[in-house]
Order: sequence, then structure tokens, then C-alpha cells
Amino acid sequence: MSAQIGITDIVSQHVDKVSGWKLFVQTVIARAYPRVIGQQREKSWMFFDVVLPLLGVCSYVFVYRAIGAPEDYIGFVVVGGAMIAFWMNVLWSMSSQLYWEKEQGNLALFILAPGPMMAILLGMALGGLVATTLRALAIMVLGTWFFNVQYSVASFPHLFAVFFLTMVALYGMGMMLASLFLLLSREAWHLSNLATEPVFLVSGFYFPIKSLNFWVAAAASLLPLTLGMDAMRQLVFASGPSLGFISVPLEIIILVGLSVVFLVGARALLSHMEKLAIREGRLTENRR
Amino acid sequence: MSGNSNNSIRTENLSRIYKIRSGKKKDPKQLVALQDVNLEICRGELFGLLGPNGAGKTTLIKVLTTLLAPSTGHAWVAGHDVIKESEKVRTRINMVSGGESSGYGLLTVRENLWMFAQFYGIPSKIANQRIKNLLEIVGLSDRMNSKSSDLSTGLRQKMNIVRGFLTDPEVLFLDEPTLGLDVGASLEVRNFVREWVNADRQRTLLLTTHYMVEADELCDRVAIINRGRVLACDTPANLKHQLQHESIFHLQVSPFNGKTSSEKVRGIPGVIKVTHLPQDGYESVELILADESVLGTVINTFTAADVQIRNLEKSAPSLEDVFVKLVGQSMAEVESGEE
Repeated sequence: MSAQIGITDIVSQHVDKVSGWKLFVQTVIARAYPRVIGQQREKSWMFFDVVLPLLGVCSYVFVYRAIGAPEDYIGFVVVGGAMIAFWMNVLWSMSSQLYWEKEQGNLALFILAPGPMMAILLGMALGGLVATTLRALAIMVLGTWFFNVQYSVASFPHLFAVFFLTMVALYGMGMMLASLFLLLSREAWHLSNLATEPVFLVSGFYFPIKSLNFWVAAAASLLPLTLGMDAMRQLVFASGPSLGFISVPLEIIILVGLSVVFLVGARALLSHMEKLAIREGRLTENRR
Repeated sequence: MSGNSNNSIRTENLSRIYKIRSGKKKDPKQLVALQDVNLEICRGELFGLLGPNGAGKTTLIKVLTTLLAPSTGHAWVAGHDVIKESEKVRTRINMVSGGESSGYGLLTVRENLWMFAQFYGIPSKIANQRIKNLLEIVGLSDRMNSKSSDLSTGLRQKMNIVRGFLTDPEVLFLDEPTLGLDVGASLEVRNFVREWVNADRQRTLLLTTHYMVEADELCDRVAIINRGRVLACDTPANLKHQLQHESIFHLQVSPFNGKTSSEKVRGIPGVIKVTHLPQDGYESVELILADESVLGTVINTFTAADVQIRNLEKSAPSLEDVFVKLVGQSMAEVESGEE
């Protein structure tokens, strides 16, 4: 262990470190990096995360065509198929991420580092969001091309605002679930399994939620994707407003509320998790 | 900070009790991991915590690195209370554990190290330069762009070691840093650690190990810990000096009627401690005798019992002997759970 550069040279270098918001931003970017770069190095996602969801989209498209449903329903399914990518990412990757970090021995190092845990969690969310947006876009483009979906965008600023708020609320929920799943440990797997199919149903991934009973749709609106998708469909399809659950402005207001609730909840649960970890000494233990 | 300003680490009556819930029992069992630990470690010291697996070394490191709250007592690191001022402590420390698999396998060595440097607020340019230099020093620069999942255990541990030094910590905690490494890699890690402390005597390094030679070779001072208690704390030379009046012999003997031959000599006047370890059909026995004259009685006892002595040698006191004297068992015996 020796070379031209001596240990003395390294030790004598005083390292100026940033703190405050600069440290926060640096931590977010650094933790987002593995998610984004991982996608470049693991190409299998193209098959598992694009081709397989497209098969699900195909089956609904063929059913709608067979029963002679309005053509906009095909577009509803393609949008739903793309948005499923975000739900799967939040449920199976984001929510269980802290659990895996614990198993891998990273969680203790995250807590130990001066970078705030909230920045770590935000980095995970941002990395997941960027990586999943690529998948969702691929599904959207391929679905639109295969089934010749026609869009009629009412307002791009509104569409962008709805998508942005949906993502903030959804990944805020994912950040909250990450701490919750860690506290629940292995039982969390059952929760993920339990949440997959029912959420597909009540969020209206493949049909307008207006078709559901009002109270079921209202309860499902606690999931940001339900209102987000409904608002986006209203904004991009000609028949969207007539099939919408509630008005887009109201959906935007609710999404803002959900974003605040989930982000505040994520921060509170993370703080609780960290305190519990330090008090009980179990949560940072990985099973070697 | 409470206490001498030259102290880098200080603990005061530090205890940690784990509650273990098992089955349907309402009352959890209690496991005392640390009990009334009082330590003062000076700035610039390379301090060793020596003890068998389960002695409480890792628990103590967890408390000092703000990862675990003590049940009672207090601890200060780099002048700050580990509970009340944990954020200040975290900016001044780092920790590396032996056998850890931290980071992400999909990232390269450089990317993993860069990521952790960012969590400590080191600007990218400086971090990349330090990574390059440190990897060169540990002989890992040719693997800088390899995925960390492609590294062997030894190389991975070198990467972990670099992660610890990269952030320029005032106090560095190394928890069994040579665990699972081969002899050559262990030696390289030890040399690097020693150089780091020697290069700047303002930095403190606390190292836990259950390798006696490692503690003896590396550490300025050593605390011997067992069952959560610090049994002795001094320089390796002073600890061994405690045994200067006693004679230490290592023997290899045949088993006695399928039982351990060492039992034959326990209780002989002048035999202070006896430890044994099965070894290739023989038994390796270590004796601490009050003086050399007792050896005759020991040999006569073995001979009378038809126990064959394969090898006999006198040894200079080692930290292992100090441990045996303090605990009454060798570290291997403690780890195997023998009473």
C-alpha cells in the first residue's frame, strides 16, 4: 500500500465541506445517482418494465375493441398502462428501499453521515422518478403508436401541473411508506402484495373511475394516482371531461393537499424511525 | 465537553441493555451488552478494543458513532455529546466495519466512493481527487472503474477502508477491519492504519478486534473487554508486564481416555490458569504457572496418566495470556461458549 502519493500528503490536506442546503442538494443528487445510472447498466428493464406492461395494455385494448367501447377508452388504457410504471416503482422499489438498505448495511452509514436522511429519501424518490419516467414514456409512445391513439390536449400548463403534483404526492407517499415498511419489516411484503391488484382496480388504471360507486372512487382518491390519472384523461382526450370523476381544478387542489400531507408524514415517520433505530438498536442491524 | 479537552473520546458509566422479546412471553429478557464502561481516549491515539465475539465491542462503537443510545451513562466524541449533539459528532467521524457490503454493486468503485463523499459535503472535484489518491495508496487505482460487485472480499474491504479515510474524519472507528481478509491484505490494512495515525497526531482511531496480534502490533493502548465490561486498559507492553512474574508454557498433549488431558493438571498448586484447544487429534494446552518449578509436577502428572507430551515450549507473555489471566478462559473458549 504505497505509491508516489504518501498518506501524509492526504492526511495533511484539510477538506472544506459544505453544509446546510448545499449539503442537502448534494445528498439528494448523490442518492439519486445509483437509480439513474443503474438503469443504464441493467438493460433488462426494457423487457420487464416496458414489454410486460404493454401486454396488459393490449389485453384491455382488445377487450374494449371487441365490445365496441368508445375509441378514447383505448387512450385511457395506454395512459393507465404508463402510470402503472410509477405505481409499481413506488410500491416495490421506493417503499421497500430503506428495508433493503438496512439489509445491505447502508442504512447505518446513511444515518451516520451528516447528509440529512430526508435528503437521502428524496434522492431515492427523485432517482426512481427519473428512471420510471423513461419507462412510462416508452410505454406511452409504443402504446400510442400500436393503437393509433388520438390526443386532444386542452391545456398543456394544466397537464404539466397535474402530472407534477401527482408525482410529488405519489413519491411523497412512497417516502412515507419507506419508513413504514421498514418499521413493519417483513410484513411489508404482504402489504405490497395486498396493495397491487386492489389499487389497479380502484385507481382506474384501465377505465374511468367514474364507473365506480362515488364513495369507492372518493376513498380511492386518497391514492394520488387516482385523481392524477382522472385529471390527465380529462385534459388530453376529447371525451375526457364527460367521463371525469370531479372537476380538474378541484382535483388539483386535492393533489396539493395530498402532497403536503404525504411529505409532512414522510418527514415525521422518518424522524420517528431514526429515533426508534437509535433507541432500540434493531433497525440498523442487517442480518449477516 | 465534559472532562479533559485533550480527550477525543470519553465515556462515563456507559451501559447498554437490550430487551429481547421471545415468543409469547410478556416480560422480555435483558441482555447486558455494556456495563459501566469508563474510557478516556486521547487525541492522536490509536486505541484498540480487544475482546471475543459478543463482548460488546460493536455495541460500544455504535453508541460512540451515534447509532445507538446508551441505556445509562454518557459518551462524548470529538468534544460533543453523542446523544444531545449527534449532528455535530457525525460531521467529525466515520466508521468502517469488517465484512460490510455497503454501497451498490452496479456502481463502480469510484462512483460508490464519490456517493458517500457527497453525503459528507465534500465537493465533487475534491472528492474525485482524494478518491484517486487514496485508491493509489491502497493499490486499487487499476480497479477504480470496476463495478464494486466484481471485487473480491479483500479488494472490497480496501474500498471500504478508503471510504472511511476519504471524508477526513477527526475520529475514525474501525470495527474488525481485517475480518475475513487474508494475511497479506490484513498486513496492508494495518500498515495503512498505522501510517494514517502517525501522519497527523490530531486524529484518533478506535479499532475493535479479536485478533490479539493486531491489537498488540497496532495500538498505543488497548482495553480488554468481555461480557460488556472493560477488564483492563493500558499499553500492550504494560498489560503484558503484569505477567512478568509468571511462567507461560505451551504444550501439545495427547487426549486422556477421550477426555481433555488439561483437566488433569487443574488444581495443582502453582498452576494459575489452564486453557486448552483441540488440534488435529492432539490438545493444545496453555499453562500460566506461578513459577517454572511447577512445570515438573505438571509433567509428572501427565506422565503418570499416560498422557503423551508432543511438544513443550516456554513463551513470552502475549495479550492472549493477559486475556486468559483476566477472564480465566482463552478467547476461543469464550467464543465457543465453554464454561
